Order: sequence, then C-alpha cells, then structure tokens
Amino acid sequence: MQLITSGILSENPIFKLALSMCPAVGISTTVMNGLMLGIAVLFVQVFSSVTISIFKNVIHPRIRIPTYTLTIATWVTVIDLVLAAYLPEAYAKMGIFVKLIVAFAIITMRLEMFASKETVKDSFWDGLGMGLGFMVGMMVIGFVRELLGSGAIFGYDVLGFKPLLFFILPSAGFFVVGLMMAFFNWIEIYYKRSKGLK
Amino acid sequence: MMTLAKIKLHVLTGLFCLVAPIFAQAESLIAEQTFKADNEIVVTFTGPVEKAIVEDTANYTVFEEPDPDIRLVLKSATLSESGRIVTLLFQDPLNTAMTHVVSIKGLAGAEKTTFKVSKSYLGYLFGILISALLINNFVFTKYLGLCVFFGTSKKKETAKGMGVVFTLVMVVSAIMSWFFYNFILVPYDLNFLQIVVFIGLVSLTVQAVDTILRKVNPILFNSFGVFLVLVIANCVIIAVPLILANNNYNFFETFMLALGAGGGFLLALYLMSAVSERMQLANIPPTFKGLPISFIVAGQFAMAFLGFSGLKIF
Repeated sequence: MQLITSGILSENPIFKLALSMCPAVGISTTVMNGLMLGIAVLFVQVFSSVTISIFKNVIHPRIRIPTYTLTIATWVTVIDLVLAAYLPEAYAKMGIFVKLIVAFAIITMRLEMFASKETVKDSFWDGLGMGLGFMVGMMVIGFVRELLGSGAIFGYDVLGFKPLLFFILPSAGFFVVGLMMAFFNWIEIYYKRSKGLK
Repeated sequence: MMTLAKIKLHVLTGLFCLVAPIFAQAESLIAEQTFKADNEIVVTFTGPVEKAIVEDTANYTVFEEPDPDIRLVLKSATLSESGRIVTLLFQDPLNTAMTHVVSIKGLAGAEKTTFKVSKSYLGYLFGILISALLINNFVFTKYLGLCVFFGTSKKKETAKGMGVVFTLVMVVSAIMSWFFYNFILVPYDLNFLQIVVFIGLVSLTVQAVDTILRKVNPILFNSFGVFLVLVIANCVIIAVPLILANNNYNFFETFMLALGAGGGFLLALYLMSAVSERMQLANIPPTFKGLPISFIVAGQFAMAFLGFSGLKIF
C-alpha cells in the first residue's frame, strides 16, 4: 500500500521527479485526454514491471537496458493496437503520444531502480503506484486547463462561460505545469518552515 | 508588398523551370503550367488555341496523380486576351502539394492532350524543412524532448553540442528507419512491429555516436556523457521515424524532416540556454527556482513561436 501512495504523492512522476513531461504539456487540454493517456501508461508500466521482475534472473546485466526498451516497446505496441481498434476516437486525439510512451524515461527508470531488484508482487504495486501517480498528475493538469480554458469538465459545461481561452492553447501547458510545480514547492517550503518553527 | 510577391513569383517560376524537365511531360503544345491561387491552375500554350474548346469545362478531366478515380470539379475556364493563357478555376481548393494530371479533349485536332501540374519540388522540400524548424518546432509546438530540453539547456556550450549531436542522431536514425520501413516492414506486412524496430534502430545509432564521440572528441563527450544515455529514451528522436511512417514520406522528404527537426531542437536549446544564463543572475522567488521558472520561460517561447504558424513560403 505504501508503494502506491508514494507513487502518487512523494514521488509523483510529473511534479516531483519531473520526468515524462512531454505528454503532460502536449495533450493535457482536457481531463479525458489525461485520463486516457494515464490508463495507457498505467498499463504499460504495470505489465513491463511485472515482465522484467519475472525474468530478472535470466537477464544478463550488460544487456539490461536494451531488454527493458524492447519489453516496453512490446507492451506499447499492444496498447497502441488495442486503443486503435476499440477506441479510435480517443486514439486519434492522442495521436503520436501513445506510441511515444515507449520513450518515457519514467518507465525505464522504474524498471532499472525497482523491478529488476524486487519481487513480482512488489513490482506490480510499484508499477501501479507510478502509473496512478502519472494519471493523477495528467488529470490535475487537464482539470485546470479544461476548467479555465473552456469552462468545462469531462466535456460537460460547468461554468457556463469561458474564463481564459488562453489555457486551451498549446503554449499554456508550459505555464500550467510551471505554476503547479511552483505551488508544490511552496507547500513544501511552507511545511518545512512551520515544522522548523516548532 | 506587391514587389515582394512579384519577386516570389519570379523565383518560383525560375525554380519551376529548373526542375520542369523532371515533371512536365507535356506535349509541345503547352509551354508552361503552374498553380496560382489555391484553386487555380494557369496553363500557357505555345500558340493561340480555339476559344470554344478551351473554355468548355466539359472538355477537361483533372485529378490528383495517386487517385485517378476522384475527378476534381472545374468551375470555369477562361482564355486570356492573347488567346494563349487559360486560367482553370476549381470549385474546391486544390492540394497543391500533390501532382495534378490535366487532360484536354479535342485540342488542335488531337483527341486528348495530357499534362501534369506540380509545384516546384525543391520548394516543397524546403517547405518541409522550414515547417519542422519553425512552424512545427518539435519543442515549442509539439512538446517533444522536454526532459533533455530542460536538463541540458543551462549553458550555451552544452546546448550547442547537444543540439548538433541530436541533429546527427536524428538524421542517421531517420534514414535507417526509412530504409527499414520501406523495404522490410511494408513489403512483409510487419507494420505492427514499427515501434520495436524504430526504437532498436535509434538505440543502435546512439550507441554508435557514443563510441565515435568518445574517440573523436573526448572533451565534448565528457561534457554531456550522461545525457547521451538519455537520448535513447528520448521522444524527439523516436518521433521522426513515427511521423515519416505515418505520412509515407519519400527519402528526400525524410531527410528534410529529420534535418528540420534536429535544427529546430538545436534552435530551441540555444534560445533556452541563452535565457538560462541570464536567469542565474536574476533574483527568482524560492518557490519558482529551478524547473518552474524554466517552464514558464518555455511557455513564453511557445507563445512567440505561435507567431510562425501563419508562415507560408511556398
């Protein structure tokens, strides 16, 4: 259980580790997009973690990185084909980013640091935690951008007006991520200071 | 601006004449054929032609070379005063990147006169380069390669070296991927292996660059040795083969796309590093130190690059 919460909070891939930010900026214009890509990443992360963990004793340490890459590529191909077949609309929106999951530093890093050393069960939970952390991060950014940009959440109009159309524009992704990182930093500094004062 | 448009037209015609022998397989009857506005084709004949025939839209068949079944609908055909220049007006805008085949029935006694109209190919290739470089800059409008982008853009020197290495790796791996895609994946119906094959090729190229650089330029190698490993797992490089596979680019287009993408990445890194050097002197609030401020600067660059979106050279 602790593995999951650390993936979401203290080691959140987007806000804390600052990895795999390309899609976080690129397609997080709505909550739905964030959720979809989050699910895809979750799937790939969990399955490759488990695969590597199962075969960790067979893989020669010298060829481990290529092995990780190929494992990830295989699972990305699976999710890519599945999404293209069953959810063609969502797939079209995400475009090239599904295929680009293969190049996510976060997945390789978890395989190297965790799955290649721990048991299958722990790797599964770690993969789940990281994937969920990524998904939550994507959804939070998507939430802010969709709410401010088009005044809607999950495509439903909630505000009735469009506060800042700018946030739906591509370049706003950088601003939102930057501001949110600053916000998390601020919480951390504030927390530390309050503790130090005690 | 009028003169500029004129110059552009002259350059365009000049370029067209240069490559015309490759594409224009016209009979001697036709002197020149070009796209004008996006729904216009202008044909110049060598001599005067009969008004009744060339102004009758029923005499024309026009289609894009790859799909001969889809006939494009002509709105009107008008002959100029001199009796040599015909302007064909179409109902819908044409895709001027494609080669169009036009045939006219009953012209000068011949049963059918067929010729091809295409844009200057060099201009088209140059268009791909500029598009990848500025309009669709991989960092600022496609959001690829951000990890390396924020990691290495601290110093101008590193940024330059990194950008050059990236361009190199991109061009080499894109060309290899193109060969694999066209001669192995497509003929044997192995398209589903795209991702696996491309990532393998990219890793191979990176490894080769790593080994060569270690021998040739150890100083440069030391300055970003760590990041070379990151290059393998970088979306900017794997994106180029995926895009070229999606769009069925030919060899030259692939080369131009890779060059443009690499150059665009170099440009983005250099711009960012220039700002980063200034930022080290600035007084930034502690909450924004490090990544947050870099993101906000990148956002401002992205906004500036939005200005290129209307750019059209050819």
